[in-house]
Amino acid sequence: MSQIIIYTIITLVAIGAAAAIILYFVAQKFKVYEDPRIDEVEKALPAANCGGCGFPGCRNFAETLVKTETWDDLFCPVGGNETMSKAAAILGRVAVEQAPKVAVIRCNGTPEFRPRVTQYDGAPTCAIAHSLYSGEGGCPHGCLGLGDCVVVCTFDAIHMDPVTDLPVVIDDKCTACGACVEACPRDIIELRQKNKKDRKIFVSCINEEKGVVSKQHCSVSCIGCSKCFKVCPYEAITMENNLAFIDSEKCKLCRKCVPECPTDAILEIGFPPPRIKEPVEESEINTN
Amino acid sequence: MSLKTFSRGGVHPPEYKLSSGKPIIELPPPEVAVIPISQHLGAPAKVVVERGQEVKVGQLIAVAEGFVSTNVHSSVSGKVMKIDQFTDSSGYRKMAVQIQVEGDEWIETIDRSDDLVRSSVLPAEVIRKKILEAGIVGMGGATFPSHVKLTVPKGKTPEYLVINGVECEPYLTADHTLMMNRTEEIFSGIQLLMKGLGVDRAIVGIENNKPDAIEKMNQVVRGSNVTVQGLKVKYPQGGEKQLVQALLKREVPSGGLPIDVGVVVFNVGTALATYEAVMKNRPLIDRMVTVTGKELKDPSNFRVRIGTPVSMLIEKAGGLPGNTAKVINGGPMMGKALSTLDVPVVKGSSGILLISEGESRRKEVKPCIRCTKCVTVCPMGLEPYLLMSLSEKGLFERMEHEKVMDCIECGSCSYTCPSSRPLLDYIRLGKAEVGKIMRARKAV
Repeated sequence: MSQIIIYTIITLVAIGAAAAIILYFVAQKFKVYEDPRIDEVEKALPAANCGGCGFPGCRNFAETLVKTETWDDLFCPVGGNETMSKAAAILGRVAVEQAPKVAVIRCNGTPEFRPRVTQYDGAPTCAIAHSLYSGEGGCPHGCLGLGDCVVVCTFDAIHMDPVTDLPVVIDDKCTACGACVEACPRDIIELRQKNKKDRKIFVSCINEEKGVVSKQHCSVSCIGCSKCFKVCPYEAITMENNLAFIDSEKCKLCRKCVPECPTDAILEIGFPPPRIKEPVEESEINTN
Repeated sequence: MSLKTFSRGGVHPPEYKLSSGKPIIELPPPEVAVIPISQHLGAPAKVVVERGQEVKVGQLIAVAEGFVSTNVHSSVSGKVMKIDQFTDSSGYRKMAVQIQVEGDEWIETIDRSDDLVRSSVLPAEVIRKKILEAGIVGMGGATFPSHVKLTVPKGKTPEYLVINGVECEPYLTADHTLMMNRTEEIFSGIQLLMKGLGVDRAIVGIENNKPDAIEKMNQVVRGSNVTVQGLKVKYPQGGEKQLVQALLKREVPSGGLPIDVGVVVFNVGTALATYEAVMKNRPLIDRMVTVTGKELKDPSNFRVRIGTPVSMLIEKAGGLPGNTAKVINGGPMMGKALSTLDVPVVKGSSGILLISEGESRRKEVKPCIRCTKCVTVCPMGLEPYLLMSLSEKGLFERMEHEKVMDCIECGSCSYTCPSSRPLLDYIRLGKAEVGKIMRARKAV
C-alpha cells in the first residue's frame, strides 16, 4: 500500500519537474515584451470601459496612449483633464487640456407642444420605431421617447421624464462619453461644452424642414427665421437648412437670442429667474 | 392527388377575403394628385416637368436615373402645382409632384378602348423598351423595376416564366379580381413577357382558394404553352422563392435570385400592365387596390389612379368606421400601418386594410420559451428567435453569419410566436444594420 503511494509521488514529481523545465525554455523562447507603463497607465484610467474615447476599453486606450506620438485626438471624457494629466505624468509628457462637455437633448417636443397623432405599440426601441415611421408626434426629426439613450448610458445619467416624454440628462453624472449620441437614431443628442453652474443655451430642435412644415407638428420647433442669428453679438449662431445652431465654444451666454425666438425653440437652463427691472449683472453675462 | 406547395415552413392565417367576387370599380381621378418620384426599388427618378406646366394623363413627369430605376408618368391631367417634399406612407417626407386636376385629357397615343389586341411579331427588344418606358414595376408590392428582371445577366439562361397569381396575403383580392375580369389581357401580357424574356414555357401559380380563377385562366390558356397550376393554400406562397420551389421544386440559393435556377417571376398585375404598355401604349398610371376591413361597409376592388389619396379610397368604400384603430397599407401580414390618410396610392399599394380597435392591439410581449415554433414556420429555414436576440444585443456581424439577409420579412415568425415577441421588427432592424455593414465593406 505505502509502496504505491511512494511510486505515485515519485512519478508525479518527475513529470512535474520535466514539465517545469520544458515550460521554462518555452517561456524563454516565446517571451512577449510588454511595456510595463501600459499597466500603470491603465491603472490611472477610470476603468469604466465605456468606449467614450473611441477604443474598445481602457486597456486598449492605455496601449494607444503609450504607443502613439501625437495625443491630439486622444482624450478620456470620463476621467477628464485630471486623468489625462496623470497618464501624461506616468509617460513623462504633457496632456492637452480639453474643456469638459455634457450631453444635451435637442428636442423639446413634449406632448403639450407636439401633440401625439398616432400610437406606437411595436417593439419598444427607438431604432425600430425610427426605421418604421416618423413617430407618434409626426415630426420626422423629434425624439421618439422610447429611451435607447437611457439603455446605453453606463453612468445612469439619463432617464425618461414621464410627463414630457423626453430624456433628461443629469449633468453631474454625465461624462460625455458619447454613447447616447451614437445610440440615438435621430441624432438629437449633442455634446456641448460645459459652462459654469451647468448653464446652457441651445436650440432645442433639429428639424431642418421649412418653418411652415415643422410648425405643423410642433409649436416649439426652429422655423429657421434667423432672428437669433441676427441678434447674436459673438457670431456664435449659424443658420443651415432652416435650422439655427449655437456653437457652444463661441457662445458667451448673453441670452440675447432667447427672447428673440418666436417659437421658444432656444432654451436657457440653469440661469436664475429674470429679476424685474434690474438688469443682469455684467459679471453674470461673461461667465465664460 | 395532393396539391403542390413549398416544402419548408409556412403558416395558415384566416383568409377573410371579404371583397372576393366583387367587380372592378374604376375610380375617377382625384381633385389633387400627389405622385412620388420614388415608387420603386432603386434610384429615384428625375423630375422633368416644371411648376405651372400643364400635363396630360400618361405624360412622363420623371425619368429613370440609372439602370435600376424607372419612369414615372402623370396619372391625371391638369397643372403642376408643386414639386416638393410630401409625407409618404411612413410619415417621412419624400419628393413628389403635386398636380391640380383639370378634366381628364389623355395623351393621344394611348389606346383607351377595351378591344383586345394581340400581336406575335413584336421583337423582344421592343417589348423590353416599352416596359422600361411605361415605368412598369413588380405589382405584387416589392416594386422592383420590371425591365431589370427582363434583362438576363450574362451566364444565366431563363427556362421558365412564373406568373404569380397566389395572393397569399389574407384580405387582399386585387389579383384575384384581375384574373377573373381581365383574363384575356393577362394571358396576352404573359405571352409578351415570355417573348421579352426569350422563354417558351410559363406557369401560372394560383392558390386553391380561388377555384374560379384557376378555371378561368385554364380556359384561356388552353392549347398554348402556358400552364396553370393550382397550389395548396399556405402563406407565404406568394414569395417568389417559395413559389418557384412549389411549382418547379427548384431551390433558389442563399443570397441568389430565381434567375439563378433559370426562372423569372412576375405578378399577374405586372402581366396586365405589360399588356397595356406594349399593346395599348398605356404607361403605368393606375393599379388595383383592395380596400377592405371587417367593419368597413363596402369592401371593394378599386382601379385607382396613382397619386389618389388613401382617404378618398376609404370614402368610396363606405367611409372610415368609427372604431378603426389602424389603417394598414398592404395586407395584414406584411403591410405597414399608415400614420396619416393623406398619403397617395403608389405603384406598390396592393391594399388598404382597416383594423378595428379590438383587433389592432399587439399582445403583451413575454419571454421566449424556446418552443422553436418560429423556426418551424420560417419558410427560409432561418432561426428567428436567435436572430432577434442577436439584434437586441447589437451583434450584427453574427446576424450576417446566420443569413439574416435571406429573410423575406413574411412575418410568419411573429404571427406564430406564443409569447407574441416582435421577432420581425428586430430582424428587420438587423437586416438594415447588416446591409449597412455590407455596403461599407463594398465601398472599401
